[in-house]
Amino acid sequence: MDDVLLRARGLRKTFGDFVAVDGIDVEVRRGEAFGFLGPNGAGKSSTMKMVGCVSPVSGGELSILGLDPATDGAAIRARLGVCPQQDMLDEDLSVEENLWVYGRFFGLSKREVRARAEELLEFAQLTERRHDRVEPLSGGMKRRLTIARALVNNPEVLLLDEPTTGLDPQARHVLWDRLYRLKRDGVTLIITTHYMDEAEQLCDRLVVMDHGRIVAEGSPRELIDRHSTREVVELRFPVDEQERHVEAARAVADRVEVLPDRLLVYTADGDDALAALHGRGIQPLSALVRRSTLEDVFLHLTGRTLVD
Amino acid sequence: MSTSAPPRRGPRVLPFPAAAGLARFVVARNATAFRRAWVLLLSGFVEPVFYLFSLGVGLGALIGRVTTDGGSVVEYAAFVAPGLLAASAMNGAIFDATFNVFFKLRYQHLYDAMLATPIGPRDIAVGEITWSLLRGSLYSGMFLVVALVAGLVRSWWALLALPAAVLIGLAFGAVGMFTTTYLRSWQDFDYVTLAIQPMFLFSATFFPLSTYPDALQWLVRLTPLYHGVALERGLMLGEVSWGLLWHVAYLLVLGVVGVVGTSRRIATLLLT
Repeated sequence: MDDVLLRARGLRKTFGDFVAVDGIDVEVRRGEAFGFLGPNGAGKSSTMKMVGCVSPVSGGELSILGLDPATDGAAIRARLGVCPQQDMLDEDLSVEENLWVYGRFFGLSKREVRARAEELLEFAQLTERRHDRVEPLSGGMKRRLTIARALVNNPEVLLLDEPTTGLDPQARHVLWDRLYRLKRDGVTLIITTHYMDEAEQLCDRLVVMDHGRIVAEGSPRELIDRHSTREVVELRFPVDEQERHVEAARAVADRVEVLPDRLLVYTADGDDALAALHGRGIQPLSALVRRSTLEDVFLHLTGRTLVD
Repeated sequence: MSTSAPPRRGPRVLPFPAAAGLARFVVARNATAFRRAWVLLLSGFVEPVFYLFSLGVGLGALIGRVTTDGGSVVEYAAFVAPGLLAASAMNGAIFDATFNVFFKLRYQHLYDAMLATPIGPRDIAVGEITWSLLRGSLYSGMFLVVALVAGLVRSWWALLALPAAVLIGLAFGAVGMFTTTYLRSWQDFDYVTLAIQPMFLFSATFFPLSTYPDALQWLVRLTPLYHGVALERGLMLGEVSWGLLWHVAYLLVLGVVGVVGTSRRIATLLLT
């Protein structure tokens, strides 16, 4: 019981008539990397703000670390680390001062803060930039500093809202590597993302959200097994010809999704399906056989793509 | 384990926004930020000194002596110095509580970052207003030294001029920050200027209240700077009476209203 760090039952968030989170049930256990996957506007950030105790719950139950955010907000926040979507670093301060000052907000002593800052500068690979102001840092560095700052109080749970949005691929991999290390050290990670590769890389378990509701839950592998086929063939045709081939594709596949620029053919064996299509005289401009991903799960569950 | 009934608002929003006793670290943050910009911090001090020498000493030579509202007759420079001291506390506090706070609130998202820690809305309000009043008091304190050296301080009561400046800084810092939470763009700062400038000129800063017709005197008595000026003048010229406590009460009430209002507004704006 006490290793459940986050428990939500019928959790709701409304802004006037607008329902951002529409009754979700979630449980996150200690040491887990848990993900909220969904497109923009699915209610992920609203959920994260309620969990971070900076947004009052509109309905349902929420308990974090066994405490009620409505009455014990400060006590909960003292044990959380929050890495928001926007960096919100203090641009009037240097890199190391950002860590010192933020640590003091948790009531840590000067000595504790200084010692912790040394470890975190190392962890965030920012030791050489410690005296620099924040502004000239690259996007990836700012993000790492934001995470380092969120770790200053040795949190039991780290909330990461869209941690790699806007970063280039190399910076994303550096960041993922840092997050693996945290996970290895036993920090519980709660992550929102609209990147399915990120969710597959980082999350032990996740929920797929759409329009404020949870539409599926499980490990990335389970979700793919349950809601998609093993393989997918992506077919591209010349402009305007795609429509003609949908019927033929349906004949050789379990399921076909029609996207504006391509057909997705879902099947246990992609090469077999492709051979069957060729046998029917269908010659696409390009054909790619790949494994199913969470993107396919999401498409199947909602009829829409994650990233437009 | 909790079971909160829907829909319900946390006590951090109503009736009185929470604090975790961490306001001093908000002040410390500002001190750290100004470590590199202390010249900027000092720049606010020169303006009232320029006024003192231009109006008090320069123009004062033409004016000669004036009769204060307390009834004593002093040379103009000694009359105007307390007014400028009060104005410097106001300006220092207002500048910080409006421009700087607006930037932190709307662009830097500094308070959002703070609220992710145990810090509550009231910690932010108290911390920022404390910093504003410290800034106002710093300018007043430096001005007081200049006035002392220039021989314009007439009474040992002037020792209380600095605590009085702290009170002026509190009132203007608190009301200033409260106002700032309602401002939407940099254009809106024209309203701040529109309020501050006439106050600076007409709150019995440069001439006695008795100069005005009765109706206008009452209008002037409503403005906060008047109470600051009257308090400082009473102390620096040694015209001390129990009546000065009214000014203290007025400024104190304004400060408390500003702190409470600011706390609530921060909760309303940022804890949504």
